[in-house]
Amino acid sequence: MSKHKLAQTIGLAAGLAAGLTFAATASMAETVKVGFITTLSGPAGIIGKPMKNAFELGLDHIGGRLGGMDTEIIYGDDKRKPDVAKQLVNKMIKRDRVHFVSGIIWSNLLMAVHGTVTRSNTFLISSNAGPSPVAGKKCSKDFFNVAFQNDMMPEGMGKYMTEKKIDNVYIMAPNYQAGKDMLKGFKRMFNGKIVGEVYTKLGQKDYQAEISALRAAKPTAVFIFLPGGMGINFVKQYAQAGLSSQIPLYSAYTVDAISLPALKDAAVGTFGVQHWSPDLGNSVNRRFVADYRKKYGKTPPFYAAQAYDTVMFLDTAIRNAGGISDRAKLRAAMRAGDFPTTRGTFKFNNNHFPVQNIYLREAVKEADGSYVTKTRGVILSAHGDAYAKSCGMKW
Amino acid sequence: MDPLLLLEQAFNGLQFGVMLFLIAAGLTLVFGIMDLVNLAHGALVMIGAYLATTLVAWTDSFILGMILALPATFAVGALVEIVALRTLYRRDHLDQVLATFGLILFFNEVVRIIWGPISLYSGLPDYLSGHVEIIPGAPYPVFRLLIIAVGLAVAAVIYFIVAHTRLGMLIRAGASNNEMVGALGVNIKTLFTFVFALGAVFAGLAGMMLGPLTSVEPGMGEPLLILAFVVIIIGGIGSIRGAFIAAIIVGMSDTMGRVLLPVLLRAFVSDAAADTAGPALASMLIYILMAAILVVRPRGLFPARTG
Repeated sequence: MSKHKLAQTIGLAAGLAAGLTFAATASMAETVKVGFITTLSGPAGIIGKPMKNAFELGLDHIGGRLGGMDTEIIYGDDKRKPDVAKQLVNKMIKRDRVHFVSGIIWSNLLMAVHGTVTRSNTFLISSNAGPSPVAGKKCSKDFFNVAFQNDMMPEGMGKYMTEKKIDNVYIMAPNYQAGKDMLKGFKRMFNGKIVGEVYTKLGQKDYQAEISALRAAKPTAVFIFLPGGMGINFVKQYAQAGLSSQIPLYSAYTVDAISLPALKDAAVGTFGVQHWSPDLGNSVNRRFVADYRKKYGKTPPFYAAQAYDTVMFLDTAIRNAGGISDRAKLRAAMRAGDFPTTRGTFKFNNNHFPVQNIYLREAVKEADGSYVTKTRGVILSAHGDAYAKSCGMKW
Repeated sequence: MDPLLLLEQAFNGLQFGVMLFLIAAGLTLVFGIMDLVNLAHGALVMIGAYLATTLVAWTDSFILGMILALPATFAVGALVEIVALRTLYRRDHLDQVLATFGLILFFNEVVRIIWGPISLYSGLPDYLSGHVEIIPGAPYPVFRLLIIAVGLAVAAVIYFIVAHTRLGMLIRAGASNNEMVGALGVNIKTLFTFVFALGAVFAGLAGMMLGPLTSVEPGMGEPLLILAFVVIIIGGIGSIRGAFIAAIIVGMSDTMGRVLLPVLLRAFVSDAAADTAGPALASMLIYILMAAILVVRPRGLFPARTG
């Protein structure tokens, strides 16, 4: 075999392997149509599934009729790929003629479809992703976020750690846009000294080298943003290295009802920030959590609470606007933000992002052996995001 | 930087290196002896990890489950060789790449059907989750030390087999000229099946030890496969000694690069720029290293004498 050919083959081989790691009519206007696009397949399906479940539970609770109207939900699986999300959105807008698009989890996917949806007289309702560009200058009258703006949680953690006079903090996030936003949000409200700021590879699985370096820096506390599988691996290895009893771990979007069943004792005693927790005492939340556990046998993660809130938000707005034909009236009803929410209190900012409480949560083990997060107080009450002031929208 | 921290990072690099060696060993043997480009080698890492996770749960014993998973992975390897790969030896490398790429898709789907698409997370038994303070002030996880020990032991065993046994002689002979070995009356078919299955066991062993550290999921072997290709290219295709040395070099430089580059860059550019460029440069480091080595030694560090 010639060397040239061998090199070519290996090149092709490596390329293939690399690719793999990454792969109406007038009468119908009386029916409310919602396109619910989320991630149902692949490793990230563990987030999309509870969102779809909670969306369906919400529909059950309102008798399957948004605002009392006939309702049709069209589900789509974006496979966590921006191009797939965009195709689904095009199909739903042009062929199914949906009135609302919702369900998107990932900031980069939301950015990919934002223009297409808002330019086509369709409302885009984010039930998770909250990237900063669409909260600031690129805010839109047809885009509503019923979840959060990305920076809100790390801001809360920064404030909490400042109040607790925790100094010498080591901070870590994946090396991509959301990771940088998170640490920026943390630093915006944290006044103490930062002894280390580390960006890891997106999707990294083994953090032993980072953990060795972290221990050598002798921080008083560690703050991480490592969502999904990254956080599970990091927290597990942090405990394996014997650090969880020595250096307290604080996190955002890392320890939740999705990662806790895998983390178990490794996460117990760690603090996180979130705008919601399963133990919030309001009546809407109690009913949601109890019925979700009954129907699906699991504790809902915050993603699920947001999907449930999305149903309540649409239901209330459509009912108060008396239908969906008058878009200005519908938008005004949506802006009121007066729906029954699992978060207890909720209000929209001028950029259509939430103004809400940010809670401190601790991971605990219950008497029955299950692992949940418990609310340990309000860090920021009625907190709005930092980008609203650069949004020109007035109402 | 603290010399003790450097020593600890050297341990981390060594642990990553021996893990890569376990995967690269089978890959380089199969490539060097059978002249087969096996992209599905990463799938064998995954199969080993899944089998071990399941067997550990069934037997309720970590050690027993791991030990049982070894012959199980051997059986899967032998089966793959007999059913799918045998017909590919005489074919072009491009055909082999396409066929084994198909095998990756096949195995990922099989795993999804049997175990589901969601990652499995397994823990360690109490006797393996402790720490030893080999370096003062830096307790090191026992399980990671065990990985280093197992990796080095396997390297010694492979070296012994290849250099000092009759089987090893046949393997070396097969690497130089397999037709001649066949002409001399050796059952080359059985030899190939055995070598392939042995490579599968080493890859599976890597997967088994990786499981409790990270997660077991469909497609978990592919990122490692790319690194294993880098290892065998640096080491010289078909050379076990080359694979070992290259694996340690790649493991060390990747680990050291990840922790040292951002620190070094901060001395020259602004902190923000160093934070951006550091991790990016660190992830390119081993490929830059590979390119540099290939410039000096186009056939790798220890090229096996192939015909």
